[in-house]
Amino acid sequence: MANPATQRIVIEPLTRVEGHGKVTLLLDDRHRVQQARLHIVEFRGFERFIQGRPYWEVPVLVQRLCGICPVSHHLCAAKAIDGIVGVDRLPPTADKMRRLMHYGQIFQSHALHFFYLASPDLLLGFDAPVERRNVVGVIAEHPELALQGVAMRKFGQEIILATAGKKIHGTGAIPGGINKNLSVPERDRLLADLPRMLEWSQKAVALARDYTLGQLERLRDFGSFESNHVGLVRPDGALDLYDGRLRAVDARGGVLVDQVEPGDYLDVIAEEVRPWSYMKFPYLKTLGPADGWYRVGPLARLNVCDSIDTPLAEAARRELFAALGGRPSNVTMAYHWARMVELLHAAEVIERLLGDADLQGEDLVAPAGERRFESVAMLEAPRGTLTHHYRVDENDLVTMANLIVSTTCNNEAMNRAVRRIADDQISGRPEITEALLNQIEIGIRAYDPCLSCATHALGRMPLEVTLVDARGEVLDRRTRPS
Amino acid sequence: MAKPKVATTSLAGCFGCHMSLLDIDERILDLVDKVDFDRSPINDIKEIRGTVDIGLIEGGCANEENVRVLREFRERCRLLISVGDCAINGGVPALRNLVPLGECFEEAYLSGPSVDNPSRRIPDDPEIPRLLDRVRPCHEVVKIDYHLPGCPPSADTLWAALTALLAGKSPELPYELVKYD
Ligand code: SF4
Repeated sequence: MANPATQRIVIEPLTRVEGHGKVTLLLDDRHRVQQARLHIVEFRGFERFIQGRPYWEVPVLVQRLCGICPVSHHLCAAKAIDGIVGVDRLPPTADKMRRLMHYGQIFQSHALHFFYLASPDLLLGFDAPVERRNVVGVIAEHPELALQGVAMRKFGQEIILATAGKKIHGTGAIPGGINKNLSVPERDRLLADLPRMLEWSQKAVALARDYTLGQLERLRDFGSFESNHVGLVRPDGALDLYDGRLRAVDARGGVLVDQVEPGDYLDVIAEEVRPWSYMKFPYLKTLGPADGWYRVGPLARLNVCDSIDTPLAEAARRELFAALGGRPSNVTMAYHWARMVELLHAAEVIERLLGDADLQGEDLVAPAGERRFESVAMLEAPRGTLTHHYRVDENDLVTMANLIVSTTCNNEAMNRAVRRIADDQISGRPEITEALLNQIEIGIRAYDPCLSCATHALGRMPLEVTLVDARGEVLDRRTRPS
Repeated sequence: MAKPKVATTSLAGCFGCHMSLLDIDERILDLVDKVDFDRSPINDIKEIRGTVDIGLIEGGCANEENVRVLREFRERCRLLISVGDCAINGGVPALRNLVPLGECFEEAYLSGPSVDNPSRRIPDDPEIPRLLDRVRPCHEVVKIDYHLPGCPPSADTLWAALTALLAGKSPELPYELVKYD
């Protein structure tokens, strides 16, 4: 709480992140940071208003939580609804079409984040002028690279169009299957672009690697801290973004839980509520709220999995850990590099899937099995582990919905990054510049947060920093000055 | 001559309308040639700086902060466009209008199966904006000059409307570009 002896600084709105939030810093009279918080300021009430809707609406409704990763919600809901209609195994065509859609989404989302949102900080500098520090500035200074980014995101979106019928908020997945296969002309159009995508993905990995290693001295501690890590893995421990079971490791790599079935998530995870944010704070129950918080997303996934089953990405994964001093890595800024390793992995999976004749199969929907009234599904969304849990009554109406979205899992981690950067970069400084405040956002951006779905909520992500003196007088208030 | 200025914001929306704008793909080069961007979530301009020619609004109004930003846009923008179903009629977020707000909070922060909240306190810090009693479309709050329907409107729809307005014309969109899905 703001006691009278502090100054309050607000950064608002947070930009180049998806969704809405704000950061507040409380400083004492010697400008030392007393409190640093990321607040999520939207609330939607999805869990409640979905009640009473028929279950088959859920996959198309729930994706409207998030236009950045609609496919993740669409598919996670569809997987849960498969359970409701008693389907445990999809026909190969349906399963592979959904996977293609999912990896298309990973590809476009990672390209979007790296090229449109994060690269201005990395390529133009943390303290580049506000006017230039955005994608337009990247286009001006690195036109070739910017165009590659545009084309890569477009490629991912084209895959979504071909599998879901629409680039944003499509309808591909239906209970027990999919509503279309991939035609040969659609496949060939995508295949024609694939060699470029593979080549550019490798270049993107190299770019992120060179950036990270080139500045490692500065980046190693930037917003970093030790933490647990969570992600889904296959039975053999390999990375699987569409389907898998939960594994958690600690900051040294010790396995905390492994191969947890989605249906058992409540044994493992709970979410703490704190009055100052609409976004809850998930933690591992075995460790409790104080020590059980964890990170998810690209770096956490690489920390958790034993291998990647595509050769180029596997080589890139090994290189990352060799260069950073072994697995797991707790370096926050290494998220960008890990994200590009996954981008490359997605391109390889897409290549493998496009070569599979099952995509032209005609068997699209599994026959309904024995009806169930409760179902849980998990997948790895671009930003991390996503959980959907539904109960449905005998009239087919939803009676309970619980979503633990990826960005919510990173809530504590983002708060720690904010605090660490505030302590290191802002504490004790008499004057707080826009560039210093941008560093706080850079720490948050590493997680590619999607605050839009994080609260199943509406709103904005403002970053506001206020400086208050010992008597509670506002010394300075920055809302990202224009 | 100075380029026309465009500002964009997301209120109670999912960012899908912004993503659809990015789906203009390579045409973004054309766009940054033709216009300057003022406040937008894709740059770091946090408040509108001067007068803006075209303001694009995604999402309706769900909290007091949304209303504040929408009014700021109305004051500063010559033309204001409601982009997408959320801005035009509240969209999926407005489904909460069918349920008392208290019940939405209860479900999210007290009764959900994974919730751990022994104090039973619902988030209420002064740092988080108060919610409106109901989610409202933008034209209930300020005058809106154009409405572009769709969830989201396609990149082609956005492109056709923007290029017409930038050329000083009123957009005449063919039937295929106007969708209500
Ligand atoms: S209209 Fe659709 S795409 Fe646009 S913000 Fe609303 S839900 Fe998202």
